[in-house]
Amino acid sequence: MLAIRTDHLTKDFAVGIWRKRPYRALDDLSLDVSVGEVFGFLGPNGAGKTTTLKLLMQLIFPTAGRAEILARPVGDLAMKRRIGYLPESPSFYDYLTAEELLRYFAGLFGYKGQERDARVARLLDEVGIGKERRLQLRRFSKGMLQRVGIAQALINDPEVVFLDEPLSGLDPLGRRDARNLILRLRDQGATVFFSSHVLSDAETLCSRVAILAAGRLVACGRIADIHAFQVHGWELVVSSLSPSLLESLKQRLGKITPISDARYALELPLEAAPERLLDELIRNGAKLVSLTPMRQTLEDFFVERVARETHPRVVDL
Amino acid sequence: MRQVVLAIAVNVFKESVRDKVLYNLVFFAVLLTAASYLIGQLTAGQDIKIIKDLGLAATSIFGLFIAVFIGIGLVSKEVEKRSIYSLLAKPIRRGDFIIGKYLGLVLTLLVNVTVMTIALYAVLGYIALMAGGWMLPGWERPAVDPVLLTAIALIFLQLMIITAIALFFSTFSTPVLSAALTCGLYVVGHFNADLKNFENVIDSRPAIYTARTLYYLLPNLAPLDVKDQVVHGVPVSWEYVLLNAGYAVLYITALMMAAVLIFSRRDFK
Repeated sequence: MLAIRTDHLTKDFAVGIWRKRPYRALDDLSLDVSVGEVFGFLGPNGAGKTTTLKLLMQLIFPTAGRAEILARPVGDLAMKRRIGYLPESPSFYDYLTAEELLRYFAGLFGYKGQERDARVARLLDEVGIGKERRLQLRRFSKGMLQRVGIAQALINDPEVVFLDEPLSGLDPLGRRDARNLILRLRDQGATVFFSSHVLSDAETLCSRVAILAAGRLVACGRIADIHAFQVHGWELVVSSLSPSLLESLKQRLGKITPISDARYALELPLEAAPERLLDELIRNGAKLVSLTPMRQTLEDFFVERVARETHPRVVDL
Repeated sequence: MRQVVLAIAVNVFKESVRDKVLYNLVFFAVLLTAASYLIGQLTAGQDIKIIKDLGLAATSIFGLFIAVFIGIGLVSKEVEKRSIYSLLAKPIRRGDFIIGKYLGLVLTLLVNVTVMTIALYAVLGYIALMAGGWMLPGWERPAVDPVLLTAIALIFLQLMIITAIALFFSTFSTPVLSAALTCGLYVVGHFNADLKNFENVIDSRPAIYTARTLYYLLPNLAPLDVKDQVVHGVPVSWEYVLLNAGYAVLYITALMMAAVLIFSRRDFK
Protein backbone atom coordinates (compact mmCIF):
# COMPACT_ATOMS: atom_id res chain seq x y z
CA MET A 1 0.00 0.00 0.00
CA LEU A 2 1.17 3.50 -0.79
CA ALA A 3 1.57 6.03 1.97
CA ILE A 4 2.27 8.94 -0.36
CA ARG A 5 1.71 9.37 -4.06
CA THR A 6 2.34 12.43 -6.19
CA ASP A 7 1.25 12.46 -9.79
CA HIS A 8 2.87 15.03 -12.10
CA LEU A 9 2.77 17.54 -9.26
CA THR A 10 3.70 21.01 -10.46
CA LYS A 11 3.76 24.37 -8.77
CA ASP A 12 4.32 27.81 -10.28
CA PHE A 13 4.66 30.97 -8.25
CA ALA A 14 4.13 34.43 -9.65
CA VAL A 15 7.24 36.55 -9.19
CA GLY A 16 7.99 40.19 -9.93
CA ILE A 17 6.37 43.33 -8.64
CA TRP A 18 4.79 44.95 -11.67
CA ARG A 19 4.96 42.38 -14.43
CA LYS A 20 4.22 39.08 -12.77
CA ARG A 21 5.79 36.07 -14.44
CA PRO A 22 5.54 32.44 -13.41
CA TYR A 23 8.44 30.79 -11.66
CA ARG A 24 8.31 26.97 -11.62
CA ALA A 25 9.26 25.84 -8.13
CA LEU A 26 8.27 22.21 -8.71
CA ASP A 27 8.09 20.52 -12.07
CA ASP A 28 6.17 17.34 -12.80
CA LEU A 29 7.01 15.40 -9.65
CA SER A 30 5.74 11.82 -9.67
CA LEU A 31 6.69 9.83 -6.62
CA ASP A 32 5.46 6.79 -4.70
CA VAL A 33 6.34 6.10 -1.09
CA SER A 34 5.25 2.79 0.45
CA VAL A 35 3.89 2.34 3.94
CA GLY A 36 6.67 1.75 6.47
CA GLU A 37 9.42 3.41 4.46
CA VAL A 38 11.82 6.02 5.76
CA PHE A 39 12.04 8.17 2.66
CA GLY A 40 14.64 10.90 2.25
CA PHE A 41 13.79 13.89 0.13
CA LEU A 42 17.07 15.51 -0.76
CA GLY A 43 18.26 18.52 -2.63
CA PRO A 44 20.10 21.78 -2.23
CA ASN A 45 18.36 24.90 -0.98
CA GLY A 46 15.74 26.05 -3.43
CA ALA A 47 15.36 22.62 -5.04
CA GLY A 48 11.63 22.41 -4.28
CA LYS A 49 11.63 20.21 -1.16
CA THR A 50 9.66 22.57 1.07
CA THR A 51 7.32 23.40 -1.82
CA THR A 52 6.54 19.69 -2.16
CA LEU A 53 5.88 19.34 1.56
CA LYS A 54 3.65 22.41 1.53
CA LEU A 55 1.70 20.93 -1.38
CA LEU A 56 1.28 17.70 0.55
CA MET A 57 0.05 19.65 3.58
CA GLN A 58 -2.17 21.77 1.30
CA LEU A 59 -0.55 24.95 2.55
CA ILE A 60 -0.26 25.80 -1.14
CA PHE A 61 -2.27 24.53 -4.09
CA PRO A 62 -0.77 22.80 -7.15
CA THR A 63 -0.68 24.44 -10.56
CA ALA A 64 -1.02 20.96 -12.06
CA GLY A 65 -1.01 17.36 -10.94
CA ARG A 66 -2.31 15.82 -7.76
CA ALA A 67 -1.18 14.21 -4.55
CA GLU A 68 -2.57 11.57 -2.22
CA ILE A 69 -1.67 10.53 1.28
CA LEU A 70 -2.88 7.15 2.54
CA ALA A 71 -4.97 6.90 -0.63
CA ARG A 72 -6.91 10.06 0.24
CA PRO A 73 -6.58 13.44 -1.44
CA VAL A 74 -4.47 15.98 0.42
CA GLY A 75 -6.67 18.22 2.50
CA ASP A 76 -9.00 15.38 3.50
CA LEU A 77 -9.77 15.89 7.21
CA ALA A 78 -10.01 12.19 8.05
CA MET A 79 -6.58 11.65 6.47
CA LYS A 80 -5.13 14.59 8.41
CA ARG A 81 -6.00 12.83 11.64
CA ARG A 82 -3.49 10.14 10.63
CA ILE A 83 -0.48 12.28 9.72
CA GLY A 84 2.02 14.55 11.47
CA TYR A 85 4.02 17.45 10.08
CA LEU A 86 7.10 19.31 11.25
CA PRO A 87 7.64 22.51 9.21
CA GLU A 88 11.12 23.84 8.48
CA SER A 89 12.43 26.01 11.38
CA PRO A 90 9.14 25.78 13.25
CA SER A 91 7.75 28.70 15.16
CA PHE A 92 4.80 28.74 17.51
CA TYR A 93 2.96 31.03 19.90
CA ASP A 94 5.36 33.11 22.01
CA TYR A 95 3.19 33.33 25.09
CA LEU A 96 2.19 29.69 25.36
CA THR A 97 4.29 27.18 27.26
CA ALA A 98 5.44 24.00 25.54
CA GLU A 99 2.88 22.07 27.55
CA GLU A 100 0.03 24.44 26.63
CA LEU A 101 0.94 24.30 22.95
CA LEU A 102 0.86 20.52 22.89
CA ARG A 103 -2.41 20.46 24.84
CA TYR A 104 -3.86 22.90 22.32
CA PHE A 105 -2.78 20.74 19.38
CA ALA A 106 -3.90 17.54 21.14
CA GLY A 107 -7.31 19.16 21.62
CA LEU A 108 -7.57 19.65 17.85
CA PHE A 109 -7.42 15.86 17.51
CA GLY A 110 -10.12 15.47 20.12
CA TYR A 111 -7.92 14.30 23.00
CA LYS A 112 -9.22 15.44 26.38
CA GLY A 113 -8.48 15.26 30.09
CA GLN A 114 -6.03 12.76 31.46
CA GLU A 115 -5.41 11.02 28.15
CA ARG A 116 -4.36 14.33 26.60
CA ASP A 117 -2.18 15.33 29.56
CA ALA A 118 -0.45 11.95 29.70
CA ARG A 119 0.22 12.08 25.94
CA VAL A 120 1.68 15.59 26.20
CA ALA A 121 3.89 14.71 29.17
CA ARG A 122 5.18 11.55 27.44
CA LEU A 123 6.06 13.38 24.23
CA LEU A 124 7.78 16.27 25.98
CA ASP A 125 9.90 13.77 27.89
CA GLU A 126 10.64 11.85 24.70
CA VAL A 127 11.98 14.92 22.90
CA GLY A 128 13.96 15.97 25.97
CA ILE A 129 12.18 19.12 27.10
CA GLY A 130 10.20 17.65 29.99
CA LYS A 131 11.87 20.03 32.44
CA GLU A 132 11.09 23.12 30.35
CA ARG A 133 7.42 22.21 29.82
CA ARG A 134 6.18 25.24 31.76
CA LEU A 135 8.48 27.76 30.06
CA GLN A 136 6.95 30.15 27.53
CA LEU A 137 8.05 29.37 24.00
CA ARG A 138 9.49 32.85 23.42
CA ARG A 139 12.27 31.83 25.80
CA PHE A 140 13.13 28.71 23.80
CA SER A 141 16.26 28.38 21.67
CA LYS A 142 16.04 27.28 18.05
CA GLY A 143 16.99 23.73 18.98
CA MET A 144 14.38 23.57 21.73
CA LEU A 145 11.71 24.85 19.33
CA GLN A 146 12.76 22.13 16.91
CA ARG A 147 12.17 19.57 19.66
CA VAL A 148 8.74 21.06 20.40
CA GLY A 149 8.06 20.91 16.67
CA ILE A 150 8.91 17.22 16.57
CA ALA A 151 6.70 16.59 19.62
CA GLN A 152 3.69 18.35 18.08
CA ALA A 153 4.15 16.39 14.85
CA LEU A 154 3.77 13.17 16.83
CA ILE A 155 0.90 14.23 19.10
CA ASN A 156 -1.60 11.95 17.34
CA ASP A 157 0.63 8.87 16.90
CA PRO A 158 0.66 9.49 13.15
CA GLU A 159 0.89 6.75 10.54
CA VAL A 160 2.77 9.05 8.18
CA VAL A 161 5.15 11.72 9.47
CA PHE A 162 6.42 14.57 7.29
CA LEU A 163 9.55 16.21 8.63
CA ASP A 164 11.01 19.25 6.88
CA GLU A 165 14.71 19.47 7.79
CA PRO A 166 14.14 17.71 11.14
CA LEU A 167 17.76 17.78 12.22
CA SER A 168 18.51 21.41 11.49
CA GLY A 169 19.11 23.61 14.50
CA LEU A 170 19.85 20.66 16.75
CA ASP A 171 23.12 20.13 18.61
CA PRO A 172 24.94 16.79 18.18
CA LEU A 173 23.04 15.26 21.08
CA GLY A 174 19.75 16.52 19.67
CA ARG A 175 20.60 15.14 16.24
CA ARG A 176 21.31 11.74 17.72
CA ASP A 177 18.02 11.83 19.66
CA ALA A 178 16.08 12.88 16.55
CA ARG A 179 17.72 10.13 14.47
CA ASN A 180 16.83 7.57 17.12
CA LEU A 181 13.29 8.87 17.17
CA ILE A 182 12.95 8.46 13.40
CA LEU A 183 14.28 4.91 13.64
CA ARG A 184 11.86 4.19 16.48
CA LEU A 185 8.99 5.50 14.37
CA ARG A 186 10.10 3.21 11.56
CA ASP A 187 10.23 0.25 13.96
CA GLN A 188 6.70 1.08 15.07
CA GLY A 189 5.56 0.84 11.47
CA ALA A 190 5.17 4.54 10.69
CA THR A 191 6.14 5.99 7.32
CA VAL A 192 8.64 8.83 7.63
CA PHE A 193 9.09 11.30 4.78
CA PHE A 194 11.81 13.76 5.55
CA SER A 195 13.59 16.45 3.64
CA SER A 196 17.19 17.33 4.22
CA HIS A 197 20.25 18.76 2.62
CA VAL A 198 22.43 17.01 5.18
CA LEU A 199 23.16 13.89 3.22
CA SER A 200 24.78 11.87 5.97
CA ASP A 201 21.42 11.91 7.77
CA ALA A 202 19.77 10.31 4.78
CA GLU A 203 22.57 7.76 4.48
CA THR A 204 22.01 6.74 8.09
CA LEU A 205 18.23 6.66 8.08
CA CYS A 206 16.63 6.17 4.70
CA SER A 207 15.52 3.09 2.87
CA ARG A 208 15.04 5.15 -0.31
CA VAL A 209 15.80 8.68 -1.36
CA ALA A 210 14.69 11.09 -4.04
CA ILE A 211 16.95 13.89 -5.19
CA LEU A 212 15.54 17.15 -6.45
CA ALA A 213 17.35 19.87 -8.34
CA ALA A 214 15.83 23.05 -9.71
CA GLY A 215 12.35 21.72 -8.99
CA ARG A 216 12.86 18.45 -10.89
CA LEU A 217 13.40 14.91 -9.72
CA VAL A 218 16.89 13.90 -10.82
CA ALA A 219 17.20 10.58 -9.03
CA CYS A 220 15.09 8.22 -7.01
CA GLY A 221 15.98 4.85 -5.56
CA ARG A 222 17.52 2.78 -2.81
CA ILE A 223 20.71 4.16 -1.31
CA ALA A 224 22.36 0.75 -1.72
CA ASP A 225 21.77 1.01 -5.44
CA ILE A 226 23.32 4.42 -5.62
CA HIS A 227 26.42 3.20 -3.79
CA ALA A 228 26.74 0.08 -5.93
CA PHE A 229 26.43 2.14 -9.05
CA GLN A 230 29.10 4.50 -7.93
CA VAL A 231 31.91 2.15 -6.71
CA HIS A 232 34.87 3.25 -8.79
CA GLY A 233 38.04 1.85 -7.27
CA TRP A 234 39.99 0.68 -4.24
CA GLU A 235 41.92 2.46 -1.57
CA LEU A 236 44.77 0.72 0.22
CA VAL A 237 46.31 2.30 3.28
CA VAL A 238 49.75 0.84 4.03
CA SER A 239 52.70 1.60 6.29
CA SER A 240 56.38 0.63 6.53
CA LEU A 241 57.06 1.20 2.83
CA SER A 242 60.75 1.10 1.91
CA PRO A 243 61.97 4.12 -0.14
CA SER A 244 62.68 1.92 -3.17
CA LEU A 245 59.21 0.33 -3.04
CA LEU A 246 57.61 3.76 -2.63
CA GLU A 247 59.50 5.02 -5.68
CA SER A 248 58.44 1.97 -7.71
CA LEU A 249 54.78 2.42 -6.69
CA LYS A 250 54.88 6.10 -7.59
CA GLN A 251 55.92 5.15 -11.11
CA ARG A 252 53.24 2.47 -11.50
CA LEU A 253 50.22 3.89 -9.66
CA GLY A 254 48.38 7.05 -10.42
CA LYS A 255 47.83 8.42 -6.97
CA ILE A 256 49.75 7.96 -3.73
CA THR A 257 48.89 10.26 -0.85
CA PRO A 258 51.03 10.46 2.28
CA ILE A 259 48.78 10.39 5.37
CA SER A 260 50.90 10.41 8.54
CA ASP A 261 53.51 8.38 10.41
CA ALA A 262 54.82 6.85 7.20
CA ARG A 263 51.37 5.79 6.12
CA TYR A 264 50.31 6.12 2.50
CA ALA A 265 46.97 5.85 0.74
CA LEU A 266 47.17 4.08 -2.63
CA GLU A 267 44.30 4.43 -5.07
CA LEU A 268 43.61 1.69 -7.59
CA PRO A 269 41.13 1.73 -10.45
CA LEU A 270 38.09 -0.54 -10.24
CA GLU A 271 39.45 -3.03 -12.79
CA ALA A 272 42.80 -3.46 -10.97
CA ALA A 273 43.11 -6.54 -8.78
CA PRO A 274 44.10 -5.33 -5.32
CA GLU A 275 45.11 -8.86 -4.17
CA ARG A 276 48.22 -8.95 -6.43
CA LEU A 277 49.48 -5.57 -5.27
CA LEU A 278 48.76 -6.52 -1.68
CA ASP A 279 50.91 -9.69 -2.06
CA GLU A 280 53.76 -7.67 -3.46
CA LEU A 281 53.59 -5.09 -0.70
CA ILE A 282 53.59 -7.67 2.09
CA ARG A 283 56.47 -9.57 0.49
CA ASN A 284 58.46 -6.33 0.53
CA GLY A 285 57.86 -5.71 4.24
CA ALA A 286 54.94 -3.27 4.03
CA LYS A 287 52.02 -3.54 6.44
CA LEU A 288 48.37 -3.31 5.45
CA VAL A 289 46.32 -0.84 7.49
CA SER A 290 43.07 -0.98 5.49
CA LEU A 291 41.56 -1.93 2.12
CA THR A 292 38.37 -0.06 1.20
CA PRO A 293 36.24 -0.07 -1.94
CA MET A 294 35.96 3.53 -3.06
CA ARG A 295 32.29 4.37 -3.36
CA GLN A 296 30.95 7.68 -4.34
CA THR A 297 29.24 9.00 -1.23
CA LEU A 298 25.76 10.33 -1.43
CA GLU A 299 27.30 13.74 -0.96
CA ASP A 300 29.54 13.31 -4.01
CA PHE A 301 26.61 11.98 -5.99
CA PHE A 302 24.55 14.92 -4.93
CA VAL A 303 27.14 17.51 -5.86
CA GLU A 304 28.01 15.89 -9.16
CA ARG A 305 24.45 15.39 -10.36
CA VAL A 306 23.19 18.74 -9.25
CA ALA A 307 26.15 20.52 -10.78
CA ARG A 308 25.94 18.53 -14.01
CA GLU A 309 22.22 18.80 -14.56
CA THR A 310 21.83 22.09 -16.34
CA HIS A 311 18.61 20.55 -17.64
CA PRO A 312 17.64 18.26 -14.79
CA ARG A 313 15.78 15.12 -15.75
CA VAL A 314 14.85 11.83 -14.13
CA VAL A 315 17.76 9.46 -13.93
CA ASP A 316 17.29 5.71 -13.80
CA LEU A 317 19.53 4.11 -11.23
CA MET B 1 -19.85 24.87 17.83
CA ARG B 2 -17.09 22.69 16.50
CA GLN B 3 -14.57 21.79 19.18
CA VAL B 4 -11.63 22.97 17.06
CA VAL B 5 -13.19 26.41 16.61
CA LEU B 6 -13.54 26.72 20.37
CA ALA B 7 -9.95 25.56 20.90
CA ILE B 8 -8.65 28.18 18.43
CA ALA B 9 -10.78 30.91 20.05
CA VAL B 10 -9.54 30.06 23.54
CA ASN B 11 -5.96 30.13 22.26
CA VAL B 12 -6.45 33.63 20.78
CA PHE B 13 -7.88 34.80 24.10
CA LYS B 14 -5.00 33.26 26.06
CA GLU B 15 -2.41 34.84 23.75
CA SER B 16 -4.10 38.25 23.98
CA VAL B 17 -4.20 38.14 27.76
CA ARG B 18 -0.55 37.03 27.99
CA ASP B 19 0.41 39.65 25.40
CA LYS B 20 -0.73 42.23 27.96
CA VAL B 21 -3.71 43.37 25.89
CA LEU B 22 -5.79 43.65 29.06
CA TYR B 23 -3.33 46.20 30.45
CA ASN B 24 -5.50 48.80 28.71
CA LEU B 25 -7.99 48.22 31.53
CA VAL B 26 -5.55 49.73 34.00
CA PHE B 27 -5.33 52.86 31.83
CA PHE B 28 -9.11 52.92 31.62
CA ALA B 29 -9.48 52.71 35.40
CA VAL B 30 -6.86 55.42 35.98
CA LEU B 31 -8.46 57.65 33.34
CA LEU B 32 -11.91 57.32 34.84
CA THR B 33 -10.75 57.84 38.43
CA ALA B 34 -8.62 60.85 37.57
CA ALA B 35 -11.33 62.32 35.35
CA SER B 36 -14.04 61.91 37.98
CA TYR B 37 -11.89 63.62 40.57
CA LEU B 38 -11.05 66.56 38.29
CA ILE B 39 -14.58 66.93 36.96
CA GLY B 40 -15.97 66.82 40.49
CA GLN B 41 -13.77 69.81 41.28
CA LEU B 42 -14.64 71.80 38.17
CA THR B 43 -18.34 71.25 37.48
CA ALA B 44 -21.51 71.49 39.48
CA GLY B 45 -24.29 68.98 38.78
CA GLN B 46 -22.97 68.06 35.34
CA ASP B 47 -20.26 65.71 36.57
CA ILE B 48 -22.42 62.57 36.29
CA LYS B 49 -23.25 63.29 32.66
CA ILE B 50 -19.62 63.98 31.77
CA ILE B 51 -18.40 60.84 33.48
CA LYS B 52 -20.99 58.78 31.61
CA ASP B 53 -19.97 60.42 28.35
CA LEU B 54 -16.29 59.91 29.04
CA GLY B 55 -16.76 56.31 30.21
CA LEU B 56 -18.75 55.32 27.12
CA ALA B 57 -16.38 57.11 24.75
CA ALA B 58 -13.36 55.49 26.40
CA THR B 59 -15.01 52.05 26.20
CA SER B 60 -15.55 52.62 22.50
CA ILE B 61 -12.05 53.94 21.76
CA PHE B 62 -10.17 51.36 23.84
CA GLY B 63 -12.24 48.62 22.23
CA LEU B 64 -11.55 50.06 18.80
CA PHE B 65 -7.80 49.96 19.40
CA ILE B 66 -7.97 46.33 20.45
CA ALA B 67 -10.28 45.35 17.58
CA VAL B 68 -8.07 47.02 14.96
CA PHE B 69 -4.59 46.34 16.22
CA ILE B 70 -5.15 42.77 17.37
CA GLY B 71 -7.58 42.03 14.54
CA ILE B 72 -5.14 42.93 11.77
CA GLY B 73 -2.50 40.63 13.26
CA LEU B 74 -4.73 37.64 13.85
CA VAL B 75 -3.94 36.03 10.51
CA SER B 76 -0.87 37.93 9.30
CA LYS B 77 1.09 37.25 12.49
CA GLU B 78 0.46 33.53 12.17
CA VAL B 79 1.54 33.56 8.53
CA GLU B 80 4.59 35.73 9.18
CA LYS B 81 5.74 33.56 12.09
CA ARG B 82 4.79 30.40 10.18
CA SER B 83 2.91 29.03 13.19
CA ILE B 84 0.02 28.54 10.78
CA TYR B 85 1.93 25.73 9.02
CA SER B 86 1.71 23.35 11.96
CA LEU B 87 -1.85 24.39 12.72
CA LEU B 88 -3.31 23.89 9.24
CA ALA B 89 -1.68 20.46 8.99
CA LYS B 90 -3.98 19.40 11.83
CA PRO B 91 -7.52 18.19 11.06
CA ILE B 92 -9.07 21.64 10.83
CA ARG B 93 -10.68 23.51 7.97
CA ARG B 94 -9.35 26.90 7.02
CA GLY B 95 -12.81 28.25 7.75
CA ASP B 96 -12.56 26.90 11.31
CA PHE B 97 -9.33 28.84 11.70
CA ILE B 98 -10.92 32.13 10.62
CA ILE B 99 -14.06 31.69 12.72
CA GLY B 100 -12.01 30.59 15.75
CA LYS B 101 -9.71 33.59 15.43
CA TYR B 102 -12.70 35.91 15.18
CA LEU B 103 -14.48 34.45 18.18
CA GLY B 104 -11.28 34.54 20.21
CA LEU B 105 -10.88 38.25 19.68
CA VAL B 106 -14.58 38.86 20.32
CA LEU B 107 -14.15 37.00 23.62
CA THR B 108 -11.18 39.25 24.49
CA LEU B 109 -13.28 42.31 23.66
CA LEU B 110 -16.19 40.98 25.71
CA VAL B 111 -13.97 40.62 28.78
CA ASN B 112 -12.57 44.11 28.16
CA VAL B 113 -15.93 45.75 27.71
CA THR B 114 -17.38 43.91 30.73
CA VAL B 115 -14.58 45.02 33.02
CA MET B 116 -14.77 48.60 31.70
CA THR B 117 -18.54 48.60 32.28
CA ILE B 118 -18.08 47.43 35.86
CA ALA B 119 -15.42 50.12 36.39
CA LEU B 120 -17.70 52.80 34.95
CA TYR B 121 -20.59 51.77 37.20
CA ALA B 122 -18.26 51.65 40.20
CA VAL B 123 -17.08 55.23 39.57
CA LEU B 124 -20.68 56.42 39.01
CA GLY B 125 -21.80 54.66 42.20
CA TYR B 126 -18.96 56.24 44.14
CA ILE B 127 -19.87 59.73 42.87
CA ALA B 128 -23.55 59.19 43.78
CA LEU B 129 -22.52 57.99 47.21
CA MET B 130 -20.40 61.09 47.77
CA ALA B 131 -23.17 63.35 46.41
CA GLY B 132 -25.65 61.81 48.84
CA GLY B 133 -28.16 60.03 46.53
CA TRP B 134 -28.66 57.90 43.42
CA MET B 135 -30.98 60.43 41.75
CA LEU B 136 -30.39 64.05 42.68
CA PRO B 137 -32.38 67.07 41.44
CA GLY B 138 -30.80 68.41 38.24
CA TRP B 139 -29.78 64.93 37.04
CA GLU B 140 -31.74 63.76 34.01
CA ARG B 141 -31.10 60.11 34.81
CA PRO B 142 -29.95 58.23 37.91
CA ALA B 143 -26.20 57.90 38.45
CA VAL B 144 -26.12 54.15 38.20
CA ASP B 145 -28.39 54.01 35.16
CA PRO B 146 -29.12 50.56 33.67
CA VAL B 147 -29.89 52.25 30.32
CA LEU B 148 -26.14 52.74 29.87
CA LEU B 149 -26.03 49.02 29.15
CA THR B 150 -27.97 49.63 25.92
CA ALA B 151 -25.25 51.97 24.67
CA ILE B 152 -22.57 49.54 25.78
CA ALA B 153 -24.27 46.63 24.00
CA LEU B 154 -24.38 48.65 20.78
CA ILE B 155 -20.74 49.70 21.22
CA PHE B 156 -19.92 46.01 21.52
CA LEU B 157 -21.79 45.25 18.30
CA GLN B 158 -19.82 48.02 16.62
CA LEU B 159 -16.57 46.49 17.87
CA MET B 160 -17.67 43.09 16.56
CA ILE B 161 -18.14 44.63 13.10
CA ILE B 162 -14.76 46.38 13.26
CA THR B 163 -13.08 43.11 14.32
CA ALA B 164 -14.66 41.34 11.35
CA ILE B 165 -13.45 44.09 9.00
CA ALA B 166 -9.90 43.93 10.40
CA LEU B 167 -9.88 40.15 10.13
CA PHE B 168 -11.27 40.28 6.59
CA PHE B 169 -8.48 42.60 5.43
CA SER B 170 -5.82 40.60 7.26
CA THR B 171 -6.68 37.48 5.22
CA PHE B 172 -5.12 39.00 2.11
CA SER B 173 -3.36 42.25 3.02
CA THR B 174 -0.40 43.49 5.03
CA PRO B 175 -0.94 44.60 8.65
CA VAL B 176 -0.26 48.27 7.87
CA LEU B 177 -2.66 48.36 4.93
CA SER B 178 -5.25 46.38 6.92
CA ALA B 179 -5.03 48.88 9.79
CA ALA B 180 -5.38 51.84 7.42
CA LEU B 181 -8.35 50.30 5.61
CA THR B 182 -10.09 49.27 8.84
CA CYS B 183 -9.66 52.69 10.42
CA GLY B 184 -10.85 54.26 7.17
CA LEU B 185 -13.99 52.13 7.16
CA TYR B 186 -14.59 52.97 10.83
CA VAL B 187 -14.62 56.67 9.98
CA VAL B 188 -16.64 56.21 6.78
CA GLY B 189 -19.07 53.99 8.71
CA HIS B 190 -20.09 56.92 10.87
CA PHE B 191 -21.02 59.05 7.86
CA ASN B 192 -22.52 56.29 5.74
CA ALA B 193 -26.09 57.60 6.08
CA ASP B 194 -25.13 60.60 3.92
CA LEU B 195 -24.62 58.25 0.96
CA LYS B 196 -28.23 57.11 1.15
CA ASN B 197 -29.49 60.63 0.61
CA PHE B 198 -27.00 61.47 -2.13
CA GLU B 199 -29.83 61.94 -4.65
CA ASN B 200 -30.93 65.05 -2.75
CA VAL B 201 -27.60 66.66 -3.50
CA ILE B 202 -26.72 65.48 -7.00
CA ASP B 203 -28.60 64.67 -10.24
CA SER B 204 -26.18 62.26 -11.95
CA ARG B 205 -27.77 58.78 -12.06
CA PRO B 206 -24.42 56.86 -12.09
CA ALA B 207 -23.24 58.85 -9.07
CA ILE B 208 -26.49 58.15 -7.26
CA TYR B 209 -26.29 54.40 -8.03
CA THR B 210 -22.65 54.32 -6.96
CA ALA B 211 -23.50 56.10 -3.71
CA ARG B 212 -26.42 53.73 -3.10
CA THR B 213 -24.20 50.67 -3.73
CA LEU B 214 -21.56 52.02 -1.39
CA TYR B 215 -24.24 52.68 1.21
CA TYR B 216 -25.15 48.99 1.23
CA LEU B 217 -21.56 47.74 0.97
CA LEU B 218 -19.90 49.93 3.60
CA PRO B 219 -20.64 49.41 7.28
CA ASN B 220 -23.28 51.65 8.78
CA LEU B 221 -21.93 52.33 12.24
CA ALA B 222 -23.66 55.59 13.20
CA PRO B 223 -26.91 53.90 14.34
CA LEU B 224 -24.84 51.81 16.74
CA ASP B 225 -23.70 54.93 18.53
CA VAL B 226 -26.39 55.97 21.04
CA LYS B 227 -24.10 57.44 23.67
CA ASP B 228 -25.66 60.90 23.52
CA GLN B 229 -29.25 59.66 23.74
CA VAL B 230 -28.49 57.43 26.71
CA VAL B 231 -26.58 60.08 28.63
CA HIS B 232 -29.29 62.67 28.06
CA GLY B 233 -32.12 60.32 28.94
CA VAL B 234 -33.57 59.94 25.42
CA PRO B 235 -35.15 56.46 25.32
CA VAL B 236 -33.71 53.80 23.01
CA SER B 237 -36.28 51.12 22.19
CA TRP B 238 -35.64 47.37 22.21
CA GLU B 239 -36.89 47.22 18.64
CA TYR B 240 -34.15 49.66 17.64
CA VAL B 241 -31.51 47.59 19.42
CA LEU B 242 -32.74 44.32 17.92
CA LEU B 243 -32.91 45.79 14.41
CA ASN B 244 -29.33 47.00 14.67
CA ALA B 245 -28.20 43.73 16.20
CA GLY B 246 -29.74 41.97 13.19
CA TYR B 247 -27.87 44.30 10.85
CA ALA B 248 -24.59 43.67 12.70
CA VAL B 249 -25.05 39.90 12.55
CA LEU B 250 -25.79 40.00 8.81
CA TYR B 251 -22.85 42.28 8.07
CA ILE B 252 -20.46 40.18 10.17
CA THR B 253 -21.70 36.96 8.53
CA ALA B 254 -21.11 38.40 5.06
CA LEU B 255 -17.60 39.55 6.02
CA MET B 256 -16.73 36.21 7.57
CA MET B 257 -17.95 34.32 4.51
CA ALA B 258 -15.82 36.54 2.28
CA ALA B 259 -12.81 36.15 4.61
CA VAL B 260 -13.19 32.34 4.65
CA LEU B 261 -13.53 32.26 0.86
CA ILE B 262 -10.36 34.30 0.31
CA PHE B 263 -8.40 32.49 3.01
CA SER B 264 -9.40 29.04 1.75
CA ARG B 265 -7.71 29.72 -1.60
CA ARG B 266 -4.62 31.40 -0.28
CA ASP B 267 -1.11 29.99 -0.79
CA PHE B 268 1.26 30.23 2.17
CA LYS B 269 4.59 30.72 0.40
